[in-house]
Amino acid sequence: MLDARVPDGPLETKWEHHKFDMKLVNPANKRRFQIIVVGTGLAGASAAATLGELGYRVKAFTYLDSPRRAHSISAQGGINAAKNYHSDGDSIFRLFYDTVKGGDYRSREANVYRLAEVSNNIIDQCVAQGVPFAREYGGLLDNRSFGGAQVSRTFYARGQTGQQLLLGAYQALARQVKAGTVELHTGIEMLDVVVVDGKAVGIIVRDLATGEISRHSAHAVVLGTGGYANAYYLSTNAMSCNVTAAWRAHRKGALFANPSFTQIHPTAIPSSDEFQSKLTLMSESLRNDGRIWVPKDPDESRGPADIPEDDRDYYLERRYPSFGNLAPRDISSRAAKVVVDEGRGVGPLKNGVYLDFAEAIERLGRDAIDEKYGNLFEMYERITGEDPYQVPMRIYPAPHYTMGGLWVDYHLQTTIPGLFAIGEANFSDHGANRLGASALMQGLADGYFVLPYTIGDYLAPQLGSPPVDTSASEFDQAEAEVRGQIDRFLATNGTRSVDWFHRELGRILWDNCGMARNRSGLEKALSEIPALREEFEKDVRVLGSADTLNSSLEKAGRVADFFELAELMCKDALVREESCGGHFREEHQTEDGEALRDDDDFAHVSAWEWSGNASAPTEHREVLEFEYVELSQRSYK
Amino acid sequence: MNLTLRVWRQAGPDAPGRFETYEATDISADSSFLEMLDLVNERLIEQGEEPIEFMHDCREGICGTCGIMINGQAHGPQSSTATCQLHMRSFQDGDELVLEPWRTSGFPIIKDLVVDRSAFDRIIEAGGYISVDTGSAPDANLIPVPKDDADLAMDAAACIGCGACVAACPNGAAQLFTAAKVSHLGLLPQGQPERYERVVDMVEVMEEHFGSCTNMGECEAACPKGISIDFIAMMNRDYLKAKFRNRRTA
Ligand SMILES: Cc1cc2nc3c(=O)[nH]c(=O)nc-3n(C[C@H](O)[C@H](O)[C@H](O)COP(=O)(O)OP(=O)(O)OC[C@H]3O[C@@H](n4cnc5c(N)ncnc54)[C@H](O)[C@@H]3O)c2cc1C
Ligand code: SF4
Ligand code: FES
Repeated sequence: MLDARVPDGPLETKWEHHKFDMKLVNPANKRRFQIIVVGTGLAGASAAATLGELGYRVKAFTYLDSPRRAHSISAQGGINAAKNYHSDGDSIFRLFYDTVKGGDYRSREANVYRLAEVSNNIIDQCVAQGVPFAREYGGLLDNRSFGGAQVSRTFYARGQTGQQLLLGAYQALARQVKAGTVELHTGIEMLDVVVVDGKAVGIIVRDLATGEISRHSAHAVVLGTGGYANAYYLSTNAMSCNVTAAWRAHRKGALFANPSFTQIHPTAIPSSDEFQSKLTLMSESLRNDGRIWVPKDPDESRGPADIPEDDRDYYLERRYPSFGNLAPRDISSRAAKVVVDEGRGVGPLKNGVYLDFAEAIERLGRDAIDEKYGNLFEMYERITGEDPYQVPMRIYPAPHYTMGGLWVDYHLQTTIPGLFAIGEANFSDHGANRLGASALMQGLADGYFVLPYTIGDYLAPQLGSPPVDTSASEFDQAEAEVRGQIDRFLATNGTRSVDWFHRELGRILWDNCGMARNRSGLEKALSEIPALREEFEKDVRVLGSADTLNSSLEKAGRVADFFELAELMCKDALVREESCGGHFREEHQTEDGEALRDDDDFAHVSAWEWSGNASAPTEHREVLEFEYVELSQRSYK
Repeated sequence: MNLTLRVWRQAGPDAPGRFETYEATDISADSSFLEMLDLVNERLIEQGEEPIEFMHDCREGICGTCGIMINGQAHGPQSSTATCQLHMRSFQDGDELVLEPWRTSGFPIIKDLVVDRSAFDRIIEAGGYISVDTGSAPDANLIPVPKDDADLAMDAAACIGCGACVAACPNGAAQLFTAAKVSHLGLLPQGQPERYERVVDMVEVMEEHFGSCTNMGECEAACPKGISIDFIAMMNRDYLKAKFRNRRTA
């Protein structure tokens, strides 16, 4: 049984007391500690900057060419906080409650409460940094509402909230680089964690431009390396997002929690051909005014405008009369899958559903729609060549976010002492389904306000001992493994590209471990994935050399890890004999097709241990106890 | 559709470069420009040739990673559009496209179409921030910001750091990029205390890495985010004021 080290006492005071109880490193001693932060997305950059401000010596790593870039930059919608600036009844408790419920009761109460508690500090901090949040005419901060909440608590900066928050964190980081507390390593990919005497003491990295491999040691290692939705090949994530950092930590002993909890976002642009490289998200806010429908008849051949009302099926409005087009993400996604599987999909590949603004345009006028969604309409037209003022948009669900990740305790420490995981890389506070605008909040909560405190508790007792020497045999061994893998890829000289294998793997995962899962599909995937992996090892073609920029070589390592992760995702989905949030097992549904949880047997986190064999992981459990929120069936009818 | 590509290939920072010609055949008009390059690369790999290296990540026009000179234009022919947002339907069947990396001394070539833009980070490190330690901020609504100021600051903050402005500039100047950050922070009340120190520090580092501005305006035309050159004027005013203030306090 896993111990999450949740402090005692009432929910409201746990964090405050815990901060008091934790061991401290005094300011003068902080510079005697070296900390490695891998990843400079929202979580990593905010952590590295804050640790630097506190006086620690920090090395920050990103494989991108600058910390101003990271997947976080794509977030459009906004960030939640319990400010209650609009006096609409919001509170820390309500944000906590909504998040636990939205996650379908599969998250840890104490962590979620802390997240809600620090959410307000995040907004204060970001405003002070100069993040240009949207304002009302009086000059105060504006808010909007988002799915799964009945209050207006989402702060935003046009359609570029993630960009502005990331730039804020990046600038705070740049300030520490100038101050000399943070040493920045860009274009550098971490390829292994080094563990000595059971503790994380360093990493092995590769310079992507020169191929140089080097070793770095520290008193603690923090991973803020993002999520793994790219395991599906097509997703809304940036092209380079991958699981390598987290996976290699997993192989060194860190447990990986709830890998099958993935979020499929309902409104992305459907793919247009097999060479599609990624899926583009259309903001969820469109569902406020757009109506979703498909033709009733699978053989319908008329264009959307010529299909009369009677021949249309507004299936969300039909199935969920009270929430209608605003039903939560997981529910809307599955409903789209049902109609497309029935052959009623629209578009040349029959792989989408209509999101129709005709009625809203008539009711509110074109100008009003343009003001609200102009930039999104333009983006849609740019990609599809179709004008959504004239023809309905076509949308389809797409892999978007991963709730699963490295298991962490209340301190955000993994099961390897000294190794911490923050942001989307950890298994997070979102349970089985994340609510909109909560990932940015969590990344910044972890990085600005949680980790910088909890890491001190781990470091304090080590005062006086220098970091492990990088000539230790554990470093030799880790480096040899990294070099060995690179040499193997270059020597294989097979016939198929890395992308080919990634696409095939993605297809297996999407078909069997996507929006709906069942035993026979998962078992099929569990036999297909290792077979394809074997083929990958024998037949992949990676050209060029290891001593210049070589993106095929980079991808090969990442895809190798996706192969192992994919198996674990299917395994996790198979043993979780219930439906909850994004995890929908067809065997476990109510009469009218809704997710059926099993709280007696599955109110736990599954945390998997690497056994040396990707096909035979060992399951551990953290039992979830709910003291403050009452478990109930979610209903959006 | 079918296209002919003339692509700059360069094995490494110090290697000599040359143009290579590739036929891009059977390209779907619906695919994006970078998907067209993906396909060309897949075919190169099939033939045993090393794929073309190019920069990209989000493929949504927001991260600023991508950037190619297409027929001499930074980010190609479409205005306010990053390379990754271009689609093949904006090209004609039979077109010949010349693809080159950003060419400017401030951005050394790493390989093929990939350049090193870390000089941009040096400019930000010089002062492109507001000094506020985590946890020391007052309540966010304590300082109201007039909506117009916030909107204008956001216009400037929209810069994605792609470097097209420098690539398009005959002098290789980085004024537009620098001015965008100086203006974003200088327009907000939070940015006032360090306003004049910031502009001087940033401009000095900018000048170490990049050429000088002669108001050609090419940067604005190439910018995928439509950053206005008015911000350059704003930065110049602040810079002059700062110099004047320094003289007075010196
Ligand atoms: C299109 C889109 C829209 C979204 N909109 C919203 C929204 O409106 N609101 C919201 O709350 N959330 C949103 N999300 C989710 C949210 O953006 C992400 O969950 C969050 O930003 C993740 O932040 P992160 O810091 O954990 O990881 P990332 O931003 O993914 O950063 C990962 C970092 O780790 C580095 N890295 C990874 N592996 C390695 C390695 N091996 N070596 C070196 N460096 C490494 C990367 O370079 C990068 O710097 C959206 C997501 C998408 C895809
Ligand atoms: S100013 Fe425009 S062109 Fe220059 S870096 Fe910013 S977004 Fe790119
Ligand atoms: S790839 Fe991100 S802006 Fe083009």
